[in-house]
Amino acid sequence: MAPPTSPRADALPTAAPSHGRDDAAGLGRARAAAFVAPALVLIAVFLVFPALWTLYLGTTDYRLTGIAASEPKVVGVDNYRNVLGDGDFRRSLWLTLQFVLGSAVIGQTVLGFAIAWVMRDRTGLVRRLVEGLVLLAWILPGSVIAFLWIALLDRDGGTLNALLGTPGTAWLLDHPMASIIVFNVWHGTAFSMMLYGAAIGNVPPSHLETARLAGASTWQTLRDAVFPRIRGHVLTSLLLVSLWTFNDFTPFLITAGGPDGRSEIMSVYVYRTALGDGRLGFGAAISLIMILINLVIALIYLRALRERGARKAREPKGAAA
Amino acid sequence: MASITIRELTKVYPGGVRALDALDLDVAMGEFFALLGPSGCGKTTLLRTVAGLETATAGTIALGDRDVTRLQPGRRDVGMVFQDYALFPHMTVLDNIAYPLRIKKESRSVRHARAAEAVQELGLKGLEQRRPGELSGGQQQRVALARAVVANPRIFLLDEPLSNLDARLRLEARTFLKEFQHRVGVTTVFVTHDQAEALALADRIAVMEAGRIRQIGTPTEVFRRPANLFVASFIGSTPMNLLAGTVQSGTVVVAGTSLPVPDEARGRVQDGQEVVCGVRPEYMDFGTEPVDGAFAGRVSVVENLGGSSLVTLDVDGESVRVVVGEGFEVDSGAEGWALPRPGRVLLYRDGELVTGSGGETGRTASPLAKNGGRG
Repeated sequence: MAPPTSPRADALPTAAPSHGRDDAAGLGRARAAAFVAPALVLIAVFLVFPALWTLYLGTTDYRLTGIAASEPKVVGVDNYRNVLGDGDFRRSLWLTLQFVLGSAVIGQTVLGFAIAWVMRDRTGLVRRLVEGLVLLAWILPGSVIAFLWIALLDRDGGTLNALLGTPGTAWLLDHPMASIIVFNVWHGTAFSMMLYGAAIGNVPPSHLETARLAGASTWQTLRDAVFPRIRGHVLTSLLLVSLWTFNDFTPFLITAGGPDGRSEIMSVYVYRTALGDGRLGFGAAISLIMILINLVIALIYLRALRERGARKAREPKGAAA
Repeated sequence: MASITIRELTKVYPGGVRALDALDLDVAMGEFFALLGPSGCGKTTLLRTVAGLETATAGTIALGDRDVTRLQPGRRDVGMVFQDYALFPHMTVLDNIAYPLRIKKESRSVRHARAAEAVQELGLKGLEQRRPGELSGGQQQRVALARAVVANPRIFLLDEPLSNLDARLRLEARTFLKEFQHRVGVTTVFVTHDQAEALALADRIAVMEAGRIRQIGTPTEVFRRPANLFVASFIGSTPMNLLAGTVQSGTVVVAGTSLPVPDEARGRVQDGQEVVCGVRPEYMDFGTEPVDGAFAGRVSVVENLGGSSLVTLDVDGESVRVVVGEGFEVDSGAEGWALPRPGRVLLYRDGELVTGSGGETGRTASPLAKNGGRG
């Protein structure tokens, strides 16, 4: 039914019922579109157009400087063939996989959940202190924490070497991937911690207590009472953290992809080829492949979520019980 | 199966809230025992402390002859049903019931056999493969009961067992619960804020206030002879009439009439003492003719209770309620007389029942007196 404040809908009684169900605001198609238009224009200008432009660039030999900069030639799928055949690209993909699995999936998710679980019934100073510190690591600007981590891991007079009594160990040169993985875990755990903290807060205390009364171990409690309840949160957290980590550029500030490309994850690789080497067309091709990988991650997540929704629908009051 | 022995149990929450105050309690083996009180009186804390979900600050809890005060909840052999039943929504009814056995690492065949037995016992046949979300409130409660008994606990704890059910189902579940408890015979303690529920279900009731037990007794004792004004005003669907009066030469002058001092209080009250006279609306007879020793007044409200009516008399500005059986038409505004039945009038002095016989009231008086010094 159209609201009484809409004279147009009253004047067109035949149109109102047919629109009625979809048209809650009673605006009609044209005016509704007018309201949405500014947002759509912004999305088109800042998201769709650059994406299409990237797609186009990926088919050219466009460069930052030289003849190809003024007169780029269309080279078709050559760039993509070159990218996929490039050893650096494959190494970078493999390193990115390590980075995402190590720091996002295993590191941040597990550590974030562990902190949230341990802190679940703590109150007062300890909880505020831990949460405050973890959050601080998250909200500090990347350049600041990169500087802090370089100071921590420095070969001469680095804090870690002083603490461990291992002077002269060049962590960033000897273990570049491990360094940036640990760094990213430290940097990004706050998100998972907060998300899981909220999720664990949603598990009814009586469920945890049922497990306790039965004599369940921590692992059994998590398996039977907690995980089934927070599966949706786990999926959300994994998706967001994986995507963020996949696209993260902060490690460049610490290792600059080095030494010798041993920590050159995807975002750093794009940066180096497109802006370092000036091969914009080639870089655009890599970017498109990155977007596709991101899409695949998102699709996997959406599918998992939909399956979960379908299962929920089969047990209607499941969450309410 | 075990009895429960609680001695000087104290629970102080961080922040200084004293939820239980040196509480003593004995629950006999096989008894159906109610913890009754208004919200915040500590009844749920007491139940949770017995279960081990809260740690006692001081005092001891023993199940049978085993001191369990410092034992983890999982090692106390306690079955508990939570107010929201706490069924795992992702497990079938059968898996939910078998859950404690699974944690105890029983073999699959044992688990299924025992769970099937519990299903039979609680009339859940045919629902084994359903999920909790597909069950009615009453069925969910039975699943929770089945899960609590499947591991043969020594005691059985119920937190507000009927409060999540709608009114019609509640009565059915109440009857079922009582019948079930008597059949299984396991020592059962339940918490409720609903005095009618406690009266209907329990073998004995402990009425609690502010972390202490104010009276322990059978439903009849607690209903007929509340040990103090708190219990008197708390118990009863129609609250007890509590009228201030004065003792004068063997009678109590109260609300414009004088009643004889009850036998049990005779010789224990002096002339001129201020007392409170308590008589239940159910224990008075209503008439439209003047009677000696009756409360005389004008009918101000008539509330139909179905099988009877609750009549409020305006007696010199005080309200006196009386239950009138059916077949007696009472008109609002008419004159009326309410005559307390002999032996049903109770006298309270300083909030406590004036009585000679020790009995149940004496038992609660002693721990309270002991606590007085401790503050």
